[in-house]
Amino acid sequence: MNLFGAGFAWILAPRHWVTTAEGSGIGDALVHHLFLTAVSVLITVVIAGPLGLYIGHTGRFRRVAIGASNAARALPTLGLLSALILLLGIGDVPPVVVLVVLGIPPLLAGAYAGLESLDRQTIDAARAVGMTEFQILRKVEIPLAAPLLLGGLRAAALQIVATVALASVFGLQSLGTFIIDGLAQADYVKMTAGAILVAALALLLDGVLAVVQRLVGPRGVSRGTDRHRTTARDGKKPVALTQDAH
Amino acid sequence: MDWVWRSLPMIWGLVVDHVAVSVPPIILGFILSIPLGYWASRSRVARAILLGLGSVLYTIPALVLIVVLPVALGTAILDPQNLLRALTVYAIAIMVRSSTDAFSSVSDDVRESARAIGYSGVQRFFAVELPLAGPVLLAGVRVVSVSTVSLATVGAVIGISTLGQLFTNGFQLDFQIEIVTGIVAVLIVAAVFDVIITTVGRLLMPWNRRPARTRASRRPAGVTA
Repeated sequence: MNLFGAGFAWILAPRHWVTTAEGSGIGDALVHHLFLTAVSVLITVVIAGPLGLYIGHTGRFRRVAIGASNAARALPTLGLLSALILLLGIGDVPPVVVLVVLGIPPLLAGAYAGLESLDRQTIDAARAVGMTEFQILRKVEIPLAAPLLLGGLRAAALQIVATVALASVFGLQSLGTFIIDGLAQADYVKMTAGAILVAALALLLDGVLAVVQRLVGPRGVSRGTDRHRTTARDGKKPVALTQDAH
Repeated sequence: MDWVWRSLPMIWGLVVDHVAVSVPPIILGFILSIPLGYWASRSRVARAILLGLGSVLYTIPALVLIVVLPVALGTAILDPQNLLRALTVYAIAIMVRSSTDAFSSVSDDVRESARAIGYSGVQRFFAVELPLAGPVLLAGVRVVSVSTVSLATVGAVIGISTLGQLFTNGFQLDFQIEIVTGIVAVLIVAAVFDVIITTVGRLLMPWNRRPARTRASRRPAGVTA
């Protein structure tokens, strides 16, 4: 446990924050770590967001999406990263590609599971009052499914921010640099400090997104689900809900 | 391709090591998560604590956990068991959530009926709740299996013999074929594990033939997409 204390002390030492000839400082490493995270999350959202909403709204290609997502989960990040770096050379492109591949499955899953969880009656009602499919998506499905959609984003962002550290195995600058350098130099204090930094950043990001997730849910909806639940327990399930039950 | 054939014994050795390091965490994660998940499904406090702890543990990056665990447990940094321990922590972290969902999905009506016809607590658990939770548990183990097999490669970074060594080696030698071989090998191991798990699931739960409900099946009849 002593090593943890030493690790914290290492982080708090101002001289470790600036980049010197000896190696990168925490400041630069953090900035580059966040940069890689932000770019990857953004690209993931641009690709998987519309795709997930399309699958969730239409119910089409659902099996293909699930299959592809599961296969992507089996892909070893380390292998993909090393292969791409050999192919494209060292730089920011290989890690971003790998991180996007990693981020797509959870985001996609959040999007279609989110839309799927909605009460079909609500959507049929929206259709009945004359909304176009796009209006249903924008005004009904997205707001109602917002917490789950954000849950997908949160899972994706978390995977990404945690995995950026792995890029340092191949010499890219991130908070993982301290882990890899520490390991190579048998400087376990530095290594522990790196581990604390990466874990702290991941927990911080997760916490922020958790708060956002709680804020985006439309007001009044939770009361609605409670009412359904009571009805179901009374055994007087509405027809649409019986089909929903497990 | 030539290289693959010549190196087959070496690759096979790594496959064996890889399997040896991924199987115990999957099994341990499954077994340990059952009482935890059951507890979390019955008590609101346990649920908050266990699921919260699980998601915090899952948030910690693999590279970090492999490095930090020996520090926390006081074992040697390069002890090969560290990878096993770290993978077990992840397996439990993922599995507790599915197991909680699984036991929560057993309806109160069924639980009370079992009690009404005279099942004791233990009987009810093994004869009623566990089988009914089975399909969701199975889905959870499949996720755990895939992610464990894939994560085990990270052990190569700290010099533990797994298929990940083909990545670090191939990278150092600038040898793409070795890396691709490693990726394919990991995918094959993951697929074989998945087939084994689903087969076991089918044998233990013959009533669960139908795949999980799909959106299409929830639509009124005749609107099949």
